[in-house]
Amino acid sequence: MASTVAIMCAGLRKCFGELCAVDGLDLSIPAGECFGLLGPNGAGKTTTAELLEGLRRPTAGAVEVLGHNWFTRGDRGLRERIGVALQETRLPEKLNVKETLVLFASFYRKRRPFEEVIEALGLEEKRNSLVGKLSGGQKQRLALACALVGNPEILFLDEPTTGLDPQARLRIWGVIERFLGDGGTVFLTTHYMEEAERLCRRVGIIDQGKLIALGSPEQLVDSLDAEQIVAARLDGPADMTSLSGLEGVRTAENGGDFVRLAVRGLPHTLPRVLEELARQGRFVTSLETHRPSLEDVFVHLTGRGLRDG
Amino acid sequence: MDSRLHPLLELTRARWLEFVRDKGTIFWVFGFPVLLAVALGIAFRNRGPESVRVAIIGAAASEITSRLGSPQTLEVVSRTNGAAFRELRSGRLDMVVEVEKCCGAGASLAYHFDETRPNGPLVRLAVDDAIQRALGRVDVATVHEEQVTESGARYIDFLLPGLIGLNVMGSCLWGLGYSVADARRRKLLKRFAATPMRRTDFLLAFVLSRFGFLVAEVAFVLAFGVIAFDVQVHGTLAAVFAISVMGTLAFAGLALLIASRTDNSEVASGWINFASIPMWVFSGAFFDYSRFPESIQPYIRALPLTAINDGLRAVVNHGDSLAQCWFELLVLTAWTVVTFVLALRLFRWQ
Repeated sequence: MASTVAIMCAGLRKCFGELCAVDGLDLSIPAGECFGLLGPNGAGKTTTAELLEGLRRPTAGAVEVLGHNWFTRGDRGLRERIGVALQETRLPEKLNVKETLVLFASFYRKRRPFEEVIEALGLEEKRNSLVGKLSGGQKQRLALACALVGNPEILFLDEPTTGLDPQARLRIWGVIERFLGDGGTVFLTTHYMEEAERLCRRVGIIDQGKLIALGSPEQLVDSLDAEQIVAARLDGPADMTSLSGLEGVRTAENGGDFVRLAVRGLPHTLPRVLEELARQGRFVTSLETHRPSLEDVFVHLTGRGLRDG
Repeated sequence: MDSRLHPLLELTRARWLEFVRDKGTIFWVFGFPVLLAVALGIAFRNRGPESVRVAIIGAAASEITSRLGSPQTLEVVSRTNGAAFRELRSGRLDMVVEVEKCCGAGASLAYHFDETRPNGPLVRLAVDDAIQRALGRVDVATVHEEQVTESGARYIDFLLPGLIGLNVMGSCLWGLGYSVADARRRKLLKRFAATPMRRTDFLLAFVLSRFGFLVAEVAFVLAFGVIAFDVQVHGTLAAVFAISVMGTLAFAGLALLIASRTDNSEVASGWINFASIPMWVFSGAFFDYSRFPESIQPYIRALPLTAINDGLRAVVNHGDSLAQCWFELLVLTAWTVVTFVLALRLFRWQ
């Protein structure tokens, strides 16, 4: 089973006039994997998700889900086997939780009992509450419940926890982990590094419609070849060439009066960095070091923060 | 446990629940027509024959006033010259009679009135008749009068079918057109498109749920007219509902066409108003459209609301059968077919 491909796309493009939101994407996601597509707002995550979900027709390229192509006679059969939570769906506000789930359940043949889904998402107490009266986290859980009620093999989740508080986020992660534990495949988009690092076996980083990195979170972090990241705010711009030439500094990036260095051997390297900055006459206003994360990979690859857009 | 859920039934049920839980919609569908019927029914209720208000002025005013006595058809009031003409201009007086000399062969009178007012000519006849008789004219023929009051001729009898027509139009355009556009804006259409739901089920559920509301709406407004205003339904209820159903289909098609692409509720409201306001005016909901010029009558008769109103009036007020309403049914069928074909061709799920 592990070798079966659940989701595949090749040369996938989606252009709106001159602008290509997705520009030549190749992915192959084996069954049972949780794959995360990372990128800033506007990078093409949602368009990619909707192409894979068969909600948009690609300009070029092929999509295959569970061995089927979209926009053929088999669409309905394929939709029986996937569950989708769009980035933002405002479910009918005048229906209650149970009625909403019953409605979605009625579309599927091999549905799960909705009581079981309500319980799995911790919505028992809200069973008879109108959707319009739910909190943001409860609405997201209901959206996830609607995706799960058809007992899908693949879950497509577009930013499932955006805008939620940490506790609500943890609950949703728990549900996704349980789905993965039961052998399901997950495709999710996010701009939260913690989410990708916790849930995803592999992540792809997308920027301006192109995949710029692909691998497990560890692999991507390792590709920085750094043990620590040193981030410092200065009272003015620093001379980057001499900084990146220092022993133990792998890469150095700057933005205005901000520098970010990927370093090895922090105890020896950090004093050398500070010494060099002092030699340049720069005053350090704040200094921080941390273990490298996917965020740093993204910054390294694009020179921009993930949440900057 | 829930193994026999049918998507079409569940979609229809969901639409129904959304509808009955929305207090605003309930008011517009049930409260508003009743308020209109009450207000217009009272404003235009049938009073006894209206008397004509006349002021008599001039040197011989008092003499002629006493000769007139108190005729049934005239209400004679005394006013100063200035007040008399001011009230004539504002419409509170129907005529000012100026009498310089009375009576006999040298009598000289002047009638001041506005002949372009709807009752202008009648006012002249009534006043002239009363004065000529008071001055001695004798009728030459004896006339036998027989008065009839035909039910179905009152304004409320005319109005009620029009209100039902308006209701069918309004609840279809808003309940269906606006809802679909709003569902697209909320990405609900896209979300449904991501399920194995049959897309025809979704649209069919909107139309089916409308039929459910329709029975409630038509029955409610009709029952109100019958109970509160003693409106007589001369035709069969089956014919009333058949025309309403055909009207619902025509407006459901129009609503789907309006909502086929837009994901902007304001744009949808704009189109709904654009489509419905001319019909409020032209389709004879509140007054007979034969008042409009002859040249535009064929266009008015081709409007779906005109067809519903005419059909309902024929059935309710005149007791016509469905077969006699063939033209109206034909118009509604044409609208249904054309709008549905276009709407389904243009419809976007996102």
